[in-house]
Amino acid sequence: MASINLNVNGKRQTVDVDPTTPMLWVLRDHLNLVGTKFGCGIAACGACTILFEGNAVRSCQLQVSAAENKEITTIEGLSENGDHPVQKAWLENDVPQCGYCQAGQIMSAVSLLNSNPNPSDEDIDNAMSGNICRCGTYVRIKAAIKTAAGSTKS
Amino acid sequence: MTIVKTSIGRRSFLKASALAGGGLMLGFNSLISCTSRSEEEILALPKEWFEINGYLKIGDNGVVTIMSPNPEIGQNVKTSMPMIVAEELDVDWKNVIVEQAPLNTAIFTRQIAGGSQSIRQSWKGLRTAGATARQMLREAAATTWKVPVNEITTEAGILNHKASGKSAGYGEMASAAAKIPVPKEVSLKEVKDFKIIGTPKKNVDGLNIVTGKPLYGLDYRKEGMLIAMIAHPPAFGMNLKSVDDSGAKSMPGIKDVFTIKTYNEDYSKHMFDVAAFPDLVVVVGNSTWEVMNARKALKLEWETFKDYEEKFTHFMTGNKMPKKVPAGLESSAQHAQLMAEFSAKPGKVVRKDGNPEVAFKKAAKVIERTYTAPFLAHNTMEPMNFFAHVTDDKAELAGPTQTPEFMEKSVAARLGLPLEKVDIQMTRMGGGFGRRLYGHFLVEAAVISQKMKVPIKLIYSREDDMTDGVYRPSYQAVYRAALDANNNLIGFHVRAGGIPESPLFANRFPAGAVENYLAEEWSHDSNISIGAFRAPRSNFIAGAEQSFLDEVAEAAGKDPIAFRLELLDRAMKNPVGKDNDYEANRYAGVLELVKTKSNWGEEQPGVSRGVSAYFCHNSYVAHVIDLVMEKGKPRVQKLYCAVDCGIVVNPLAATNLVEGGSVDGIGQSMYSGLTFTDGVPDQNNFDKYRMIRHREAPNVIDVHFVQNEIDPTGLGEPPFPPVMGALANALHKATGKRFYSQPFIKDMETSSMKM
Repeated sequence: MASINLNVNGKRQTVDVDPTTPMLWVLRDHLNLVGTKFGCGIAACGACTILFEGNAVRSCQLQVSAAENKEITTIEGLSENGDHPVQKAWLENDVPQCGYCQAGQIMSAVSLLNSNPNPSDEDIDNAMSGNICRCGTYVRIKAAIKTAAGSTKS
Repeated sequence: MTIVKTSIGRRSFLKASALAGGGLMLGFNSLISCTSRSEEEILALPKEWFEINGYLKIGDNGVVTIMSPNPEIGQNVKTSMPMIVAEELDVDWKNVIVEQAPLNTAIFTRQIAGGSQSIRQSWKGLRTAGATARQMLREAAATTWKVPVNEITTEAGILNHKASGKSAGYGEMASAAAKIPVPKEVSLKEVKDFKIIGTPKKNVDGLNIVTGKPLYGLDYRKEGMLIAMIAHPPAFGMNLKSVDDSGAKSMPGIKDVFTIKTYNEDYSKHMFDVAAFPDLVVVVGNSTWEVMNARKALKLEWETFKDYEEKFTHFMTGNKMPKKVPAGLESSAQHAQLMAEFSAKPGKVVRKDGNPEVAFKKAAKVIERTYTAPFLAHNTMEPMNFFAHVTDDKAELAGPTQTPEFMEKSVAARLGLPLEKVDIQMTRMGGGFGRRLYGHFLVEAAVISQKMKVPIKLIYSREDDMTDGVYRPSYQAVYRAALDANNNLIGFHVRAGGIPESPLFANRFPAGAVENYLAEEWSHDSNISIGAFRAPRSNFIAGAEQSFLDEVAEAAGKDPIAFRLELLDRAMKNPVGKDNDYEANRYAGVLELVKTKSNWGEEQPGVSRGVSAYFCHNSYVAHVIDLVMEKGKPRVQKLYCAVDCGIVVNPLAATNLVEGGSVDGIGQSMYSGLTFTDGVPDQNNFDKYRMIRHREAPNVIDVHFVQNEIDPTGLGEPPFPPVMGALANALHKATGKRFYSQPFIKDMETSSMKM
C-alpha cells in the first residue's frame, strides 16, 4: 500500500492503494468515477480510455503510481453539463446503442481533435481503431467527430 | 379508429402499487433516471405524482413518467417503448420522463430482450396503456366540467372542450383521473394520426451515456459491497479437482476463498440456465484489483469428467428431459473432421417437395458447395457481472440480464426462497446479443452473497467472459442446385448441421419457389455450451444460402437480383408446398427497394457489388455492398440496406440499429471466430479474438425502410444475417474467388492476396 497524490478532473486527492493498481480500478473502485469502463484489461478495446496530460491512454495499463501528480481527465471531467463539443456532437448524431464503449470512444476522439482539429477519414480510422464498438456505431462515431471538428472551427 | 378491450391483461392497467404491495415501484432504479434533455426543455419536476396505471404516472404540472418495461441492451427500447405509450396518451414528448420499469410480471408482459420481439409483442399493450390513461383523463375532465366525455378532445397533453371553451392540462386532471375506474374498452389512434411514432427521437439515456453516469451493472455499488470473481476450468470437458488457496487467502484485501456449485445436482435446469462449468472457485475481497491478484495466486487442479446427464425441464411443456453432456476435450480440427463425415451421409429429412432425386438426375448442370462457420463468442463490451444481496428471507439483485423474469425463478429455486422474495433490478446493458439470456452469473452472484452474508458484485474478466461458453455453434451447410438446359432451377438440396445444433430453416426461401426441394439436417453433441447469438441459426444459414444463390445465378447466366425475383415470383403465384415461412411479396419488396436505391446495374470503376436478402424475426432485409480494395484490403465503401419491419416506431434509432447490425454481420463473417484445442478456447481476449474495428467498417451506410402500416416486427436481428452473403458476393467480384468458410479473412490471408 502507498499513499498516492492524484489530480483527477482538476481535483487533488490522495488514495491509499497498491501502487501497481491500474488507474482504471482506482477510478472505478476508489474514486467512484465509473464512467471509465472495463472492457478487456489488456489495452485491446479502448473502453477504459482517459486523458493523461491531455493524451489518450488506456487506464487499464496505467499504474496509479505513474499517474502521481499528473493531469488525469475522465469522461466525468470533460465538462460540467455534458456540453463539451465532442459530447454535444455525440448527442447530435445520436451515436450510442448500448453506450458502454462510448466514454472511451469520446476520450479518444477528444485526444485526436486536440492534436488534429480537422482530421481526414483516414486520420479518424487510425486514431480510433483501438476502440471497439460491439454495436457497430462506427459510421456515427465518424460523423460525430466531423461534427465536433466543424463546431470547434472559428 | 380501432376499439380495443382492456380486459385482456387488465391487471396491467391497474395501479402497480395495489398489485405489488408497494416497494417494487420504488425500486425502479437507484442509479440514474433522467432524460437527455436540458433543464429548459423539461418542466420542473412536479410536487405530486398521480399513478394512472402501471405504465405511467402524471405529475401535477403535466410532466409524465412512462415506464419502459423491457431490458435495454442497446436496441433502444427504453426510448421506443415509451414513445408508443406517449403516442396514445397524446402528450408532448418533451414532457415525458422515461424510467426503467421494475420487474413485475403482474403488470408487464414479457419483460425479455430476445427474439427481436420487444416492440412486436408489446405494441398493443403499450398503445392500450396510453389510450386507457387518456380515456381516464377525458372522463375526469367530463365529470369536472359536467359535459359529455365524447366532446372532450386532447392535444399534446391538453384536454379541450370546444363548446364551452374549457381546457386543462393533464396535470390538472391527473388527481381526478387516478380515481376513475379503468374503462372496459378504449379507442386507439389511426396510423395516419400518429404524431410521435414515426418521428426521430433521440436516445433518452444519451446525455447520461456521454457524461459517464453510472448506468450499467458493472457501475452498481452498495454500501458494504464486496467484489467477487470466479475461476472456471480452463477447458470444456474439465471439472475442479483440488484447490490450494493458502497463498490467495492471505493476500491484502481478501475476505474469503471457497468453492460453489452454480446449480445443485438436484436442480433441474431450464433453457436459460446454460452453464458449462458447475463447480467454481470464488475469491471475495474489497476491491477488483486485489481480487484479480489473489485469483492469480490460486493453485487449482482440474480433471476431465465422464459423460453425464443434466436434469432439464422443458421451458414450455414442463416435461423433464435429461440432457447428455459428453466427455472429452474437443478440438476444432476434430470438429472439421466430424463435419466432413456428416456432410457425406444423409441427414434427417425435414422437408421434401416433388422428386429431388429425379430432378438432380436429369439436370443439365449441378452445382454443389459447402459452407462453414466457427463458434462465436458474444463479446458484449460489458463483461458478465451481477450484484446480489441475499439475506435469510430475501434476495435483491441488480445488473444486466435479458431474461429477468426467468432468472428470478432460477435464483429463487437455487436459494430456496419464495419467488416473491427475489427482486431483480434491470440496469442498462453494455450489449446483449443473446449472451445475457443465460443468467448463470445471477445465480452465481446470489449463491456467493448467500454464503458471505454481505452484498457482493460478481465480475467476470474479459478472459472469464470469452472462455465461459454459451457460444454461437459451429455450423456447416452443403447446398446443391439442379439447373435444366434452359437454366431454370429445377432442384434444390440443403444438408445442414452443426456442433451441437443444426442451423436449418427448412421452410424458408427458396423452399416454396423450387418444384423439387430437399432439406436435411444433423447435429452432434458437444460439451461446449451454446446459446442464442443475434439471429440464431439465421446468422449462418442466411450468408451461406445467399452466397450459394449468387453462384447459382452466375451459373445460370442470370443477374443475381433478377434470379431471386424470378424465384419469388414463382413463390407468390404458384407456391410449392404449404408451410412456407415468408411472404414472397414483402421479400421481393426489399429486393426491389435496394435495387432502386443502389442503382443496381450501374457499374463504377474499382467498385465490386454484392447483393443478398433474407427474412427472419418477422422482418425482411436486403443489402447491396459496394466494395473496394484499398492497399490489398477489402473495404465496404457503401452499404445499402432496404428493410421491411412494418411501422417504424423511431426512425433515428431504427436506422442506427440497421447500421449496427450490418456492421456486426460484416465483422463476424469477415474477422471473428472462436476455435478450440483440447477443449481450451484458442482466443481469450481481443488481442487474439478479432473484432471489426473503425478502419474496417463501411464508410457510408444508406438505410431505407419500406413504408407500410403493418404492425411493427423485429429489427434487432434481421439486418445482421443477410449482410454476410452480400459481403461474400462482393468479395467474389473483387477477387474472382468465392469465400465459403468464415471468417473470410482466413482465406484471404492464406491465398496469394496477403492481408
